[in-house]
Amino acid sequence: MKIIVCVKQVPDTSGKVAVNPDGTLDRASMQTITNPDDMNAVEAALKLKDETGCMVTVVTMGPPPAMGMLRELMAMGADSAVLVSAREFGGSDTYATSQILAAAIKRIGLEPDDIVMCGRQAIDGDTAQVGPQIAEKLGMPQVTYVAEMHKTGDTITVKRMLEDGYMTIKVQTPCLLTCIKELNTPRYMSVSGVFETYSKPLDTFNYESLKDDSLIDATTIGLKGSPTNIFKSFTPPLKGAGVILEGDGKETCEKLAGILAEKHII
Amino acid sequence: MDFHLTNEQLMLRKMYREFAEDHVKPLAEEIDEEERFPMETVEKMAKLGMMGIYFPKEYGGAGGDVLSYAIAVEELAKVCGTTAVIVSAHTSLCCAPIFEHGTEEQKKKYLPGLLSGKKIGAFGLTEPGAGTDASGQQTTAVLDGDHYVLNGSKCFITNGNVADVFVVFAMTDKKAGNHGITAFIMEKDMPGFTQGKHEKKMGIRGSSTCDLIFEDCIVPKENLLGKVGKGFKIAMMTLDGGRIGIASQALGLGEGAVEEAVKYTKERVQFGKRLSQFQNTQFQLADMHTRMQAAQYLVYSAAMKKQNHEDYSVDAAMAKLFAAEAASDVTRRAVQLFGGYGYTREYPVERMMRDAKITEIYEGTSEVQRMVIASHLGVK
Repeated sequence: MKIIVCVKQVPDTSGKVAVNPDGTLDRASMQTITNPDDMNAVEAALKLKDETGCMVTVVTMGPPPAMGMLRELMAMGADSAVLVSAREFGGSDTYATSQILAAAIKRIGLEPDDIVMCGRQAIDGDTAQVGPQIAEKLGMPQVTYVAEMHKTGDTITVKRMLEDGYMTIKVQTPCLLTCIKELNTPRYMSVSGVFETYSKPLDTFNYESLKDDSLIDATTIGLKGSPTNIFKSFTPPLKGAGVILEGDGKETCEKLAGILAEKHII
Repeated sequence: MDFHLTNEQLMLRKMYREFAEDHVKPLAEEIDEEERFPMETVEKMAKLGMMGIYFPKEYGGAGGDVLSYAIAVEELAKVCGTTAVIVSAHTSLCCAPIFEHGTEEQKKKYLPGLLSGKKIGAFGLTEPGAGTDASGQQTTAVLDGDHYVLNGSKCFITNGNVADVFVVFAMTDKKAGNHGITAFIMEKDMPGFTQGKHEKKMGIRGSSTCDLIFEDCIVPKENLLGKVGKGFKIAMMTLDGGRIGIASQALGLGEGAVEEAVKYTKERVQFGKRLSQFQNTQFQLADMHTRMQAAQYLVYSAAMKKQNHEDYSVDAAMAKLFAAEAASDVTRRAVQLFGGYGYTREYPVERMMRDAKITEIYEGTSEVQRMVIASHLGVK
């Protein structure tokens, strides 16, 4: 049994967001972090590793500096990593990205008892599309918004968190799960993990490695293979500070009604 | 000299910093106020391998290096001087002498528990009459068949009330002076061994500091550390390493104060300007940062020399002397920049100032460091 976790290096949105003239994110000039939901996916995989002794492989698509993130995830406990990186893959939207990642997962190899895990969505795009699209392209069942999970044999019982409640689902491996922050608290790297990480295997899959896969085609990868066009990216203007009215009496309600009426809201 | 940190050291600094911000900083004020030992933090650090950073994996260590340990103490001290000294005393003063001077049996018996953080270590050298003059040991150890009988007491022992394992020094031959001092590994439950009450201190108030009392205390012969009469040398070598830990603590305290002062002076407005816009503030902060940067070079250099098995005794002395005095000066200046608010316990800089003072005193006062450095220069 192994778990493949798809992760993404994203801009640290606690800093300033930089945008290229073509509207895409200027990732090179921004501090990066591992996408927070992906960290929950990694932690879930490492917990299963603690329980079962299974192998955990982390996979990312991105430029070579993303290797630093993969080393950190191996310092947390992942056994191996794959960087999917090629000029041909640049500019991919969620459709093209899931196409390429699905091909990479096929190349790593999926056994009947394997699990693919992703974060729910990345904080830079907020689409929540890549995980589900990978599952579709691999023809495997998927459960999104995983808030709890328990594995028994080849069955995983998942508590799926929705806006208006929970759904409990049983799913058989191989399957894909997308994880949310309620699932767990990601662990830190350990000191010994840091000293082991540079001796763990980190493979790079380039265009040559994946080009023979049926999913990889000039029309389905990179900017050309991306049906999404970015119209504009920008830092949203800061909202002004709100006003808090204190008190629970009639007077406060009247004051509130007065403000709302003044603004023609009521 | 190469001042570039390795990828591993950079990665560890990030991990230590995140851990310190998430788990150490939120407790710093409380443990200072309540004078409470943060056992929950020690348990978390143990899980991450922070209680045995630079020791080999075969004994349960994390397989790291001395500089990675110094950076850990530095990052902890940036937010909490107490937590930093817990790691420093445990690592440098107990784990290190057992690793460096212990027999294979002693290492196998004591190191796995200590390095995994399941057990806490301490060091007993100082006595009421033997502080800077450590050779004036009054505690005695008399061989009686297959064990030694210890009588006497130690004072100001860091981690004393919480430690499971102690490296303790006693006179086995009073006539032989320094050559009559012998080191022992002791366990907290040995018959005749008790720990005294918690000392109330000016700073590092969450750390445990107490007396150790030996009343006909029975210590098995196999717990002798090193050779009979070689204890003073072991103590001095141990303190050389300990000074890297305390220098790192001082470094972190000073750097933490600079970070706090930069943040505060950018926010605080007086005379219609942010404090950071006044040249006095800018010059103060420039001096403070420069002093701490210089301290960092000295501390890292000493740590690298120890790691490379070079003679580092004078480097550790210079690092501790400079970093401790810089930390005291910088934390005091930080309080001044904060003004009245800096004097209140609402902000952390007064705690940093109280914590910094001890780094000029313990594990060899600044005066002792000057003696070591002058002796190295051949000035007699």
